[in-house]
Amino acid sequence: MGPNPKMRKEFFDSTRSSPFPDEVLERVLSLLKSHKDLSPEIVARRFPRVKSVTLKGKPRFSDFNLVPENWGADVHPWLVVFAAKYPFLEELRLKRMAVSDESLEFLAINFPNFKVLSLLSCDGFSTDGLAAIATHCKNLTQLDIHENGIDDKSGSWLSCFPENFTSLEVLNFANLNTDVNFDALERLVSRCKSLKVLKASKSISLEHLQRLLVCAPQLIELGTGSLMPELTACQYAQLENAFNQLKNLSTLSGLWEASAPYLPVLYPACTNLTFLNLSYAFLQSHELESLLCQCPHLRRLWVLDTVGDKGLEAVGSNCPLLEELRVFPADPFDEEVIHGVTEAGFLAVSYGCRRLHYVLYFCRQMTNAAVATIVQNCPDFTHFRLCIMNPGQPDYVTNEPMDEAFGAVVRTCTKLQRLSVSGLLTDLTFEYIGQYAKNLETLSVAFAGSSDRGMQCMLEGCPKLRKLEIRDCPFGNAALLSGLEKYESMRSLWMSACNVTMNGCRLLAREMPRLNVEVMKDDGSDDSQADKVYVYRSVVGPRRDAPPCVLTLSGL
Amino acid sequence: MSSIPKEHDYIGLSESPAMEIISDKLSPSSTSSSTLTAVEKHSSGSSKNNNTSLNLKETELRLGLPGSQSPERKPTVPAAGVSLFGKDIDTNNANAYSLNPLKNLVSGAKRGFSDALDGSTGKWVFSDSNGSEKSRVAGPANKDFAQSPKPVQDKNSQVAAANENSSAPAAKTQVVGWPPIRSFRKNTMASSLVKNNEDVDGKSVYGCLYVKVSMDGAPYLRKVDLKTYGNYLELSSALEKMFGCFTIGQCGYHGLPARDGLTESCLKDLLHGSEYVLTYEDKDGDWMLVGDVPWDMFTDSCRRLRIMKGSEAIGLAPRAMEKCKNRN
Repeated sequence: MGPNPKMRKEFFDSTRSSPFPDEVLERVLSLLKSHKDLSPEIVARRFPRVKSVTLKGKPRFSDFNLVPENWGADVHPWLVVFAAKYPFLEELRLKRMAVSDESLEFLAINFPNFKVLSLLSCDGFSTDGLAAIATHCKNLTQLDIHENGIDDKSGSWLSCFPENFTSLEVLNFANLNTDVNFDALERLVSRCKSLKVLKASKSISLEHLQRLLVCAPQLIELGTGSLMPELTACQYAQLENAFNQLKNLSTLSGLWEASAPYLPVLYPACTNLTFLNLSYAFLQSHELESLLCQCPHLRRLWVLDTVGDKGLEAVGSNCPLLEELRVFPADPFDEEVIHGVTEAGFLAVSYGCRRLHYVLYFCRQMTNAAVATIVQNCPDFTHFRLCIMNPGQPDYVTNEPMDEAFGAVVRTCTKLQRLSVSGLLTDLTFEYIGQYAKNLETLSVAFAGSSDRGMQCMLEGCPKLRKLEIRDCPFGNAALLSGLEKYESMRSLWMSACNVTMNGCRLLAREMPRLNVEVMKDDGSDDSQADKVYVYRSVVGPRRDAPPCVLTLSGL
Repeated sequence: MSSIPKEHDYIGLSESPAMEIISDKLSPSSTSSSTLTAVEKHSSGSSKNNNTSLNLKETELRLGLPGSQSPERKPTVPAAGVSLFGKDIDTNNANAYSLNPLKNLVSGAKRGFSDALDGSTGKWVFSDSNGSEKSRVAGPANKDFAQSPKPVQDKNSQVAAANENSSAPAAKTQVVGWPPIRSFRKNTMASSLVKNNEDVDGKSVYGCLYVKVSMDGAPYLRKVDLKTYGNYLELSSALEKMFGCFTIGQCGYHGLPARDGLTESCLKDLLHGSEYVLTYEDKDGDWMLVGDVPWDMFTDSCRRLRIMKGSEAIGLAPRAMEKCKNRN
């Protein structure tokens, strides 16, 4: 009995004979991937020796509250099987799983060699669970708590690391809000001489930061706490000194409440930066520019749209090596606010940063012409995620749909693996995608399309399509059913607020018994409507941990 | 002359309760006849308040379907289900569907309105589709539902069938899970913004400094973040972009620290030369001409902006001069 989250597990193909000794095999075991949905028992049976596991649970749209909270993806049954079959498990990375404090305690106690724990976008646990990990995992090297729905009770979990514990290399607790026990943190950082990554939470003040940096000049990645101005001149000088000692810093993040007067204190540490994450810092364009001048080797940059187009011009001028840009909206829900970035900023970046291959761009206006120019400047895009925040918004200059923009993207960017579309889009967009996007694996579609044909084009066209997420589009049963064979080669399909009915889903389930067709209904909706549909292949049939609101349709 | 601008209700729109009522009735569980009745009742009440200077046909509400084409006009129909202004929408598209009309009432309206204005006045075009005042959107819908019963009746079942039911209350215009931003980020941003906006004297050491901008003749307010501009020139060109063609008097701008403030002759030029002038309400509640003080002092004391007709702004001159003189 257990859940069937999507599991990407790393294992070695056991059908191959191997001349290698066990130690080597165990390392190599980490290299293969499986994308079918499996149960813990099957995994344990097929893959006898595993040191490192990555589990991804809920559909990605659970990040945006579209998936019922109790949908499943509970890690506990997995842990129970692993404790029996892989007692020497060393690494566990969980994404979008339901994780309880009990599970964390179980993990901490049952795996004596446990070294690496990474929780991303998970929920269900509290700082008590972290306390259990700190208390029992004597060999822990990495604790990475990132963007989870965590019940933050207090910072005393940090005191749970024993005084003789020195193995930590990665500590990321940026997720948390409450005050941490700073003295315990300082002692921990001082004695863990191998600490390479430290990402602090907002509660860590500048004064605290200075003391931590003094203990850990060897850091490669730093997430500061709050940068709120509060230091005396003397303290400021000390902090400057501390940053001066960070010769090896390649990643800088945090910077909550960063303000202009204090940014210069970071400059000495910026020389070797390759990744600068300013996505929680409300910076203006000139502040960004001053900072960027200090970072000649920048490859990845995350910013808030408070920097404006002018700030992005500065990016174009100062970051010739840039490969990845993410621009997040500071105030996404206030539609009255005029700020943020436009097509002009994106254009400016594309002229200056020809190596750009990953972009995530939230904006309030865009044009077809701009996008066409952008991809001409930067034809190597592998990830193109454009979010025009007003659903269904046309090219603001010509008032036409944004079809030609995405047509240009798929035609020009032959290496494209991931695409998110937005704006007013007709079926033409999907004709282009189906026709040209030969390497596309992940596609996200919202408020787009004119008819079933749109979805058909996607399913008939993209040979490498693995994940298709669709919301609020006029695609119905004909569209859903046009992808029957396709779904078996795909990891998953998500469709919500479309035109699919229960009958359509039943038909799909009947025709394709190796697929799980899950339907989630919204309150008060029509009986015949399939409000949310999640389709994925499975070798174990319907999962038994689905809550009542999730109906798994079976063809049997 | 009154220094407090009046808020003109240009389309005879009523406040948000109208929108709530409509959206309630458009929810899946209601029947078409009850929808019609409720709206009719409401619209008869408010019709007295209408400022009918606008072409009503332009503002007629049709319940349309996303992706459907207007036969008469450019195919600029928003994907949203409802366009409030100026769009005839083909309601016979069998394949299409409606989103929760409420969600798209606002977004569709914003786009539609700008299109209507583009057509009818040619004067100013909102280059993006943000910035409609939510409460004003409701009016024509309210008023004109009664005038076009058929689309409402026909589409109600499709509305019901294809509704993505969001648990959002009727008055909310946000779409669930959109824009796609993780909760952690949403919550962190929200608390930072609240902190900034709660600043008592309005000035933030960090973060944003939002002020409302209104323009005489435009029913929509905008908000700008003054911190994104470094001087008057940047502000004025941004506003010109936002509000289309109007000219702001150049007195005191161009990076001049305005040590001298506005001189009398400068003022005269300003007011007679341009059609509109940019004014602001300061900490004291007085309406001043923008450009009279150094930029930092301006961002410190500016509470809201108003793009005023030059002729009306003449009345500000004496007070502006007085304040200038007092400062100097």
